[in-house]
Amino acid sequence: MTGLRRIVFAARLAWRQLVYDKPKLLAATLGVLFACVLVFMQLGFRDSLYTSAASAPLKMQAQLFLLHKQTEALWRPVSFHRSILMRALGLPETRRVVPLYMSLGQFKNMDTHVQRTLMIYGYDPSAELIRIDKFESFRAELQRQDTAMFDVSSRPEFGPVQDLIASGRDITEINGRKVKLIGTFSMGTTFAADGNVVMSDLNFHRVFPSRSPDQIDLGFVMLAPEADIQAAQAALLRLVGQEVRVLTYEQLVRFEQAYWENSAPLGFIFGFGTLMGLIVGMVIVYQILFTDIGNNIPQYATLVAMGYSQSYLRNIVFASSIYLAVLGFLPGVVLSTLLYEVAERSIFIPFPMGAERIASVFFFILIMCVLAGLLAIRKLKSTDPADMFS
Amino acid sequence: MSMIDVKGLDFAYGHGELRRQVLIDIHLKIDVGEIVILTGPSGSGKTTLLTILGGLRLATSGSVVVLGKQLVQSEPSTQIAVRRQTGYIFQQHNLFLALTATQNVCMALELHDTFSEKERVARAREILGQVGLWDRLDYRPSQLSGGQRQRVSIARALVSKPKIVLADEPTASLDKNSGHEAVEILRNLAKKNGTTILIVTHDYRILDIADRIITLEDGIIK
Repeated sequence: MTGLRRIVFAARLAWRQLVYDKPKLLAATLGVLFACVLVFMQLGFRDSLYTSAASAPLKMQAQLFLLHKQTEALWRPVSFHRSILMRALGLPETRRVVPLYMSLGQFKNMDTHVQRTLMIYGYDPSAELIRIDKFESFRAELQRQDTAMFDVSSRPEFGPVQDLIASGRDITEINGRKVKLIGTFSMGTTFAADGNVVMSDLNFHRVFPSRSPDQIDLGFVMLAPEADIQAAQAALLRLVGQEVRVLTYEQLVRFEQAYWENSAPLGFIFGFGTLMGLIVGMVIVYQILFTDIGNNIPQYATLVAMGYSQSYLRNIVFASSIYLAVLGFLPGVVLSTLLYEVAERSIFIPFPMGAERIASVFFFILIMCVLAGLLAIRKLKSTDPADMFS
Repeated sequence: MSMIDVKGLDFAYGHGELRRQVLIDIHLKIDVGEIVILTGPSGSGKTTLLTILGGLRLATSGSVVVLGKQLVQSEPSTQIAVRRQTGYIFQQHNLFLALTATQNVCMALELHDTFSEKERVARAREILGQVGLWDRLDYRPSQLSGGQRQRVSIARALVSKPKIVLADEPTASLDKNSGHEAVEILRNLAKKNGTTILIVTHDYRILDIADRIITLEDGIIK
């Protein structure tokens, strides 16, 4: 008997036994499905956190960024003196430097009058520091006193702002000061800020009267189009002194993501959840396979008496575990995709379901089932055909 | 020519003080096509002898030549070779509940490379017809009576045309009629193919099918 034939026959027997006992098959499939959905959700939450963590820097437009060395993450920046940013003008490649002010502030829901915290960005509207669709059409109005733009990707607790603006109710309060909302843009929430508002630097200081315009949170350095960004970064580091970091766009995005990955124990929490899901799934599959072997000991012993090898019996168990992995995984992907959409709609954080994600979860589930099979195989040792003659 | 040739076989379970001798100086010769019933009281060692002859239990002293192969102190590959030319019938049918009668019988043929799927099914159906189950080919064990199940397991033991069939209490879980019917079928098919059969049984109702009856008592052939 050739090896391949042996495996095909074992796999066929495993399949016939699986589909024979429908309730057991359903239970095993549900166990794998459960593990599968749990793993997908844990990884989804983790990734959505990392992705959304960088939703603000992803929208920022400059070649180089200055931020204080004590700034751990953009949601709680340590401010530094504006004059440090101005030193960047000494670099021949520099076209323009613009300071950004950012701070958490209170935004009043126009319907319920409940105040909630969101992130407020202030900068000179003559520069487009944050990418906003049709920014040109808002630029002039943004420069007028007490105006702001609202992020429509903010959580719904801030009210149906877009509809309210359309219906003419566009006055709300930010930090207790009446502000007119002149339009909306889309950025996205993070775990630190439930929403975002953009306004001019002058209006920012009207809303935060205690903040000095000389203390800035993030410096934007726009370079000439032909400039070498790495060389400019190195040159700028020598100019600005010890107090600040100089980051490229990619470094800024990475910096923000790394904060959530490392400073907060989130990676561990989601990793732990993933592992627990896999262990629970493994125990369920193990239990099913183990019971199944136990029920078939006389049959398996008969096979050994006929001249079948132990490896044939092992292949039956492995084939069963792989079938269970596939049978549980397929509905698991479908269900998880639906849940991702529900999660995206209810917590307003992107849940990407990519091919890579699907492949890696399938790999986890497969490993889980094969490990369960490996554990269950020990039960096969009790298949001594000599015991069959009693 | 003898299919089974046993000389001076001793066998014991356990070691030291727990050592229990179950077979003492057994000499036994069974010829091609002979049907032999091995009987005797419980604990006389007849099942132990059967498992040694089937290559399922390893003996360490004396000589046991089955199908021309020495089984005493043999390698696992020798035992597997003997098992593949031997048909086994147990007290319980030991059929896979998930498989139909035909599929269960095919399990004995899947061991051998020589057949295609079509040939396996054809042979399985043929032998199921010969044991009187031509109208139950695609029934599962749960849809068959006890006697019918045992006939499926007889078909399974015979389908690959083994040289030897070893049966252990094949009628113990059957009533008188279906028990006798089952061993009748076994004998007729064996006689047709020249198969050697060794049956271990307490069941005096089937003694009449044997060419020779051997009685074992306390590990000694009487």
